[in-house]
Amino acid sequence: MLETKGIAKIYGTGPKATHALEDVSFTVTDGEFVCVVGPSGCGKTTLLKCIAGLMRPTRGEVLLRGKRVVEPPEELALVFQDYSRSLMPWSTVRNNVLLPLRHKRLSTAERKALVAESLGSVGLTRFIDHYPWQLSGGMQQRVAIARALAYQPAILLMDEPFASVDAQTRGDLEDLVLRVREQYGITILFVTHDIDESVYLADRVVVLTHSPTTVKEIVGVSLPRPRDQIATKELADFINLRGHVYRLIRRELTPVTSVDAVPNSGTPV
Amino acid sequence: MSRRVDQAVKLAAEIAVPIAIVAAWQLWAVNRDDPKFPPPSTILAKFQDMWLFSEFGTHVVPSLERIAIGFGIAVLAGIVIGIPLGLSRPARLWTMPHIEYWRAMPPPALLPISIILLHSIGNLQKVSFIAFFCLFPVLLNTIDGVRGIDPTFLETARSYGLGRLERIRRVVLPAAFPQIVAGMRNSLSLAVIMMVLSEYFSSTSGVGYVLLISKNTFDFGPMWAAILLIGVLGYLLNALFSIVERELLAWHRGWRAVSGG
Ligand SMILES: Nc1ncnc2c1ncn2[C@@H]1O[C@H](COP(=O)(O)OP(=O)(O)O)[C@@H](O)[C@H]1O
Ligand SMILES: [Mg+2]
Repeated sequence: MLETKGIAKIYGTGPKATHALEDVSFTVTDGEFVCVVGPSGCGKTTLLKCIAGLMRPTRGEVLLRGKRVVEPPEELALVFQDYSRSLMPWSTVRNNVLLPLRHKRLSTAERKALVAESLGSVGLTRFIDHYPWQLSGGMQQRVAIARALAYQPAILLMDEPFASVDAQTRGDLEDLVLRVREQYGITILFVTHDIDESVYLADRVVVLTHSPTTVKEIVGVSLPRPRDQIATKELADFINLRGHVYRLIRRELTPVTSVDAVPNSGTPV
Repeated sequence: MSRRVDQAVKLAAEIAVPIAIVAAWQLWAVNRDDPKFPPPSTILAKFQDMWLFSEFGTHVVPSLERIAIGFGIAVLAGIVIGIPLGLSRPARLWTMPHIEYWRAMPPPALLPISIILLHSIGNLQKVSFIAFFCLFPVLLNTIDGVRGIDPTFLETARSYGLGRLERIRRVVLPAAFPQIVAGMRNSLSLAVIMMVLSEYFSSTSGVGYVLLISKNTFDFGPMWAAILLIGVLGYLLNALFSIVERELLAWHRGWRAVSGG
């Protein structure tokens, strides 16, 4: 369904250029839940923006159902990391969810039904007439998810959506994503820096290297579904996979920590 | 308790002190008996006599009309020109020097040429004059407001397939609106100034014209009545604007309180 082929992205030119992505290739098949995990600053957001058609990669291409992505495709919705800057503060929850539906060829009744259904599935029906900033962080991200679901995309991209909510809420939101995935039969590409989260959610985990970023390894996760925050995380398979991904990423981090250590051991400035 | 004190202070500041000032003026003016400074009671009588409502239609309505049309044109033009300029750096690069030049122009400097070019006493000259100088606060605030929009809002709209016009209508305009409104507020007070100025120099009607005639005839009653009216007008327009603003920007106050912006 989705294929990235040798994606590279260089910001700027000359000596100050940032090589955010070097060579990233992987595929997501229909109905799959793929997590991309990588250290902070390795280019995860950049990758998602290229896939979402918000940005052109410097090299390589993104294919969605065989078609090259050059502008935001209609079959794709993106949930941003920072909900407070992606939900419109001047619109109520209802109008935020309605925003991407206004230009779709739908009747008023259909639009209304989509809004009601998506807000229902994230449990926010009661808050339809609130403004986003009147809600907690976790609730705001649920509004953003509802907006994406109402858009009826074939594939949902999520950029570290739960990075700024507390641990309890985070677990609830992970389960909510798994549930709506069943309900909507949607394909999900989920970016995170949290290894536990990636293994808990995914069918496959794409592990990225430090920049210049390439794909380190693609790890298959065959844990049984439905998953459970306690039972799944106690399985030996989960613990092994988690350890495996940790090791992949730590091997990545080692040279950086030693570089970081140099100025500290040097002469005081 | 402290709230009651608060309210008492507010009441004193807004009503009691102004009344005291007027009363003092009354005493002073009655004793002095100078035609240049008639007592407030005479001014009020004149005010009522002229503006409620025998000369309301001949002078106040034309003035209000000019303000409304001039201000309306300025707001529309400021937003329509300001949005593309806010969105495009090259467009700003080429236009900002001209905008900066004209906005620094003192309005009286353009009065003579506008009177000659736009046939002196007609409405066209007054409305154009008001519109031209009211344009700049709206325009500059629109440009600034649009430039300051968080790019994530626009990326969100783009990722959901909103076209350019739809993005402007649903994201750019509402996001920049608080700042546009701040510009409109400045423009509105400018509009009253420009109205008086243009009417005073060439006109056959309007509140500014009343000032001109009463100056030429040394008739201080109508002059003070006109001064009082212009003050009241500016005050009321500003108050009306605040009410509209409070309605339209309720979200903005709530959002800022939460986001600490
Ligand atoms: N618009 C931009 N211009 C220049 N550099 C950028 C831009 N966006 C991101 N970068 C740089 O690219 C690298 C990857 O950023 P990002 O994709 O946000 O990483 P991640 O999401 O994994 O934290 C970082 O070094 C960042 O500073
Ligand atoms: Mg990121």
